[in-house]
Order: sequence, then C-alpha cells, then structure tokens
Amino acid sequence: MRRRVQTFAVHGVLVVAAALTVLPLVWMVAASLMPTGEASAVPPRLVPSAATLDHYRALFARLHLTRALLNSAGLATAVTLVSLFLNSMAGYGFAKFRFAGRDRLFRVLLGALVIPAQVAMLPLFLILRALGAIDTYWAVVVPGMASVFGIFLVRQYALGIPDSVLDAARVDGAGEFRIYRSLVLFLCAPVLITLAVFTFMGTWNDFMWPLIVLADDRLYTLPVALANLAGEHVQDTELMMAGAVLTVLPVMLLFVFLQRYYVAGIMSGGVKE
Amino acid sequence: MRRGPEGAQARAAWYFLAPALLLIGLFFFLPVGASLLLSITDFDIYALGDSSLARFVGLRNYGNLVHNPTFWTAIKNTFYFALVGGPLTVAVSLGAALLVNARAVRLRGVFRTVYFTPFVTSLVAIAVVWRYLYHPRHGLLNLLLGLAGIHPIDWLGDPRWAMPAIILLAVWKNFGFNMVIFIAGLQSIPERLYEAARMDGASGWQQFRRVTLPMLAPTFLFVAVVTMIGYFQLFAEPYVMTQGGPANSTLSVVLLMYEEGFRWWNMGYGAAVAFVLFAIILLLTLVQLRLRAREAIP
Repeated sequence: MRRRVQTFAVHGVLVVAAALTVLPLVWMVAASLMPTGEASAVPPRLVPSAATLDHYRALFARLHLTRALLNSAGLATAVTLVSLFLNSMAGYGFAKFRFAGRDRLFRVLLGALVIPAQVAMLPLFLILRALGAIDTYWAVVVPGMASVFGIFLVRQYALGIPDSVLDAARVDGAGEFRIYRSLVLFLCAPVLITLAVFTFMGTWNDFMWPLIVLADDRLYTLPVALANLAGEHVQDTELMMAGAVLTVLPVMLLFVFLQRYYVAGIMSGGVKE
Repeated sequence: MRRGPEGAQARAAWYFLAPALLLIGLFFFLPVGASLLLSITDFDIYALGDSSLARFVGLRNYGNLVHNPTFWTAIKNTFYFALVGGPLTVAVSLGAALLVNARAVRLRGVFRTVYFTPFVTSLVAIAVVWRYLYHPRHGLLNLLLGLAGIHPIDWLGDPRWAMPAIILLAVWKNFGFNMVIFIAGLQSIPERLYEAARMDGASGWQQFRRVTLPMLAPTFLFVAVVTMIGYFQLFAEPYVMTQGGPANSTLSVVLLMYEEGFRWWNMGYGAAVAFVLFAIILLLTLVQLRLRAREAIP
C-alpha cells in the first residue's frame, strides 16, 4: 500500500513538473496565434479566442524573415557538413594511427576545452577582418569548421574499430583515404549522426558570434534577426512570439526525430570521463 | 596498420589530422595567444583603422579594470549567477533524474524528452518569450504567483529581482541536459549494491546517502564543471532581456567584454576582460578537480 502511494506521488510530481516545463513553450505557440493585443490581456490567457496566422504572414512578407530562415538553414548545413568531414578524419587519425607525440597532442587539444570561446573572439575578429571575411557568411562558417569536441567524440568511437578490419582492407590494396571514405565513415555512422545533430543545433542556436561578425541585416541568422526585432517591436507581443516559434521549431523537430542519437552523444561524452 | 612501417603510418596520420588541426590552430589557438598580446595594448577604434597606432601599455588595461567599479559589478553579478544558478541547476537536474529513474515510473522516455526540450531551444527566442512571461502586469508568472497570494513582482525592472529572474530562466532551460547525464550515471550503479544495502537494513534515505551519492560522484563533478564553465559565459539572456540593467544588476563579464570590445571598440581593454574570465574559469575548474582528487583518496 505504501509503495502504491509512493508511486502515485512520484507520477504526480513528474506530471506537474512536465506541465511547468512546457508552459512557456505552450504559451509561446498560443500567443503567436492570438489576434493583436490579446497576448497582453489582463488576466493573461492561454488559448487564443480566434487563431490567426497573420503574424507569421507578417514575419515573411513585411519583416523578410524568409531570408534569415534560409541563412540559418544554409549556414548550419554548411558548418555541419564541413566539420563532420574534418572532425571525422582527425578523430580517426587520433584513434587508429601511431606516431610520436600523439597522446600529448591529444591531451593539449582536450585541455583547450576549458578555454572559453570568448577569449579568442577579439583577435579572431581582427584576423577575419584582415582576410576580408567580416560581414560575409565565411566569418560564421570558418571558426566552426573543426572542433575539439567533435574530434574527441569521433576518436572515442573509432577506438572501437578492430585493426584487423582495416588491415584486411589494406591487404586488399585499398588506399588510406579510400579506407576512411568507404569503411571508417560507414562504421562510425552512429557517432557521425550524433555529431551532426549537435553541430547543426549548436550553429543554428549560436548567437554571440554571428551578432559580432554580421552587420548587414540580409546576412542575419534567425537568432540575430529575432534579437534585432525584439528591440524594435517590443509592443508586438504576438509578432515576437511568432518569430520565436519560427526560430525554435526547426531544431525542436530535429531533436524529436533524432533524439536517440542526441541523447546517446551526451551520455558518451559525460560518463566516459 | 601494425605491420606497416612507422614512417608510413605517421605520414598517413598527419594527412588525416592536418586539415582539422590547422583550422583549430589558426582560428582558435592563434587568437587565444593573440588575445593575451592584445590585452597589453591600447588597441582601440583608431587602431582598427591603422593598426600601427596601437601601442604596448603593459598591464595598464588590467590596472584600469581593477579600478573600474563597473568591472567589479560585472564580476559580482557573474559569480552570483554561476554560484547560485549553477548549484540550483545541478540540484534540480539530480531531482529530475531521480524522479524519472524511480522504480515503476511509466512513460519514462516521454518525461525525459519533455524535460530535455527546453535545452534544444534557441536562447534568444526563449529570452524573448520569458521577457513577456516576466511582465509585471500581464505576465503569466505573476498570475501563477497571484494564485498563491504573492504580490506582483517587477521581475526585470527591479534590480533585486532581475538576476533571480535570469537564474530561473537558466535553470528551466538547462536542467534537462544535466538530468540526462545523471540518468546515465544512475543506471550505471550496479543493482547488487542496493541489494547489499537493503540486506544490511538501510532505509531509502540511507541507500541514497551511502550508495547513490558516492557512486554518482564522478558524474557530479563532470556536471558541476560543465555547468559552471557555461554559466560564467552568461551573455544572451541579459543582452536580450535587460541589456545588463536595471542599474547594471545583470551586467555580466562577457556582456562587458562585448560592450567594450565590439561596441566601443576598446579591443585591448576588452581582451583584458576576456582573460580575467579565462583565469576565473581555469581557477575554479582546477579547484573542483582538486576537491574531487582529495575525495577519491579515502
């Protein structure tokens, strides 16, 4: 009997906590569908009196967020593809080849994880400015093309590839790059999907760096465009919520569909320390 | 590759490593080193036009920082956020993990997904949303508190409440991430330890104290370090919600660096701010690792 009460109580707390967790997101979606002014009604309401898509139309027609949406999607895709390629090569290199200084080099890279990215930002800005890359898409893509975290994740996974498989391919006369391309990438597919989800979400949601290097509003990513709108349209609650939904929804869908890989990645990074 | 000659192996390795290492070296290690140099110059908006105008000034930027009350406000606020918000987030994460992982819980996966969802959202979008939730008159939060008989609070307009408001948002957004790591840690504790404890007559609380917590220690350390490093980099929340106000009560170190470096183009001064941040993070990480090392030796 006591056990039954306990189980019931646990479920009660879980449900209340879940409701509180989704409440801000539910309100965001509801407010984005409300007629102008209704989101600021007193007392606040959770359900639109009449749902309307006007604010979404305004975002695309009047505020040109289509461009920002495409920028975000394009940049996140580019960074994801390039970094997946380079990080998987390096991760495989660290895992499966022996050379002088390998372990020390790897430790130096891991040590760099404690350096906050902001420390590099000011000189990085000057370097990219000297290269003429500031206020271009390049400035957003370049710093994300390779990452210590990505190399680490792939290396941990590639350690599990048996040497005998690679050696067999070599005996068959396959070149090193061919082995990487047609064998290693295939064997590492699960961790590569994990890394792809991480990188895509990270780039999509990144704010500070795009804010710094993009001045032309035609190049803005969604978070930068949204922060900019938030300054100009403080009173248009419903419009801002539509913008927030547009920014949040794509990655959230991605997460829901690929969460198995995403969660697996967090666990492998966190527990194997 | 064991049979191949060492030289060929090393050559192939570098061929795989070179592109990524070159990029990380050029666009991370080089700027980090350059940042230290930049922090001992007076690089400003004029130097941005003609870099020969920048001069080495030794430790003057650091000296100016120490005598700048705004810097100390930013330091104080950032510690407030990290040292209150960090432990709070870890505690909520652990609580959520214990609940989700409790015996006989149904729909475990659904709860886990729901709690994790805030973590994948864009911080900017969420900060925009919460700015309205925190509205003193028509915000949802004050409505909920009103039901409990609490008077409306001007969350983002009152210097005493602005930082707690940002902490609450951060806890909400981040607890799901740590929770997933805690769940993995909990599931790696062998069931026989609990069985042995029960045979010795240990109560639920004693099992938690004597088995769960010690076995979870490595996970705890990892979560604490990662959360803390992240929280010291507070930026988007105050940038979007309060612009560091009211009365500088939410001005963070990174926001100060951004303002100095990229708004007023005092890049030498901004670099000094960035290095102070680095020093703090490094120091606290070492302290936490040291504490852990001491615990490991019984």
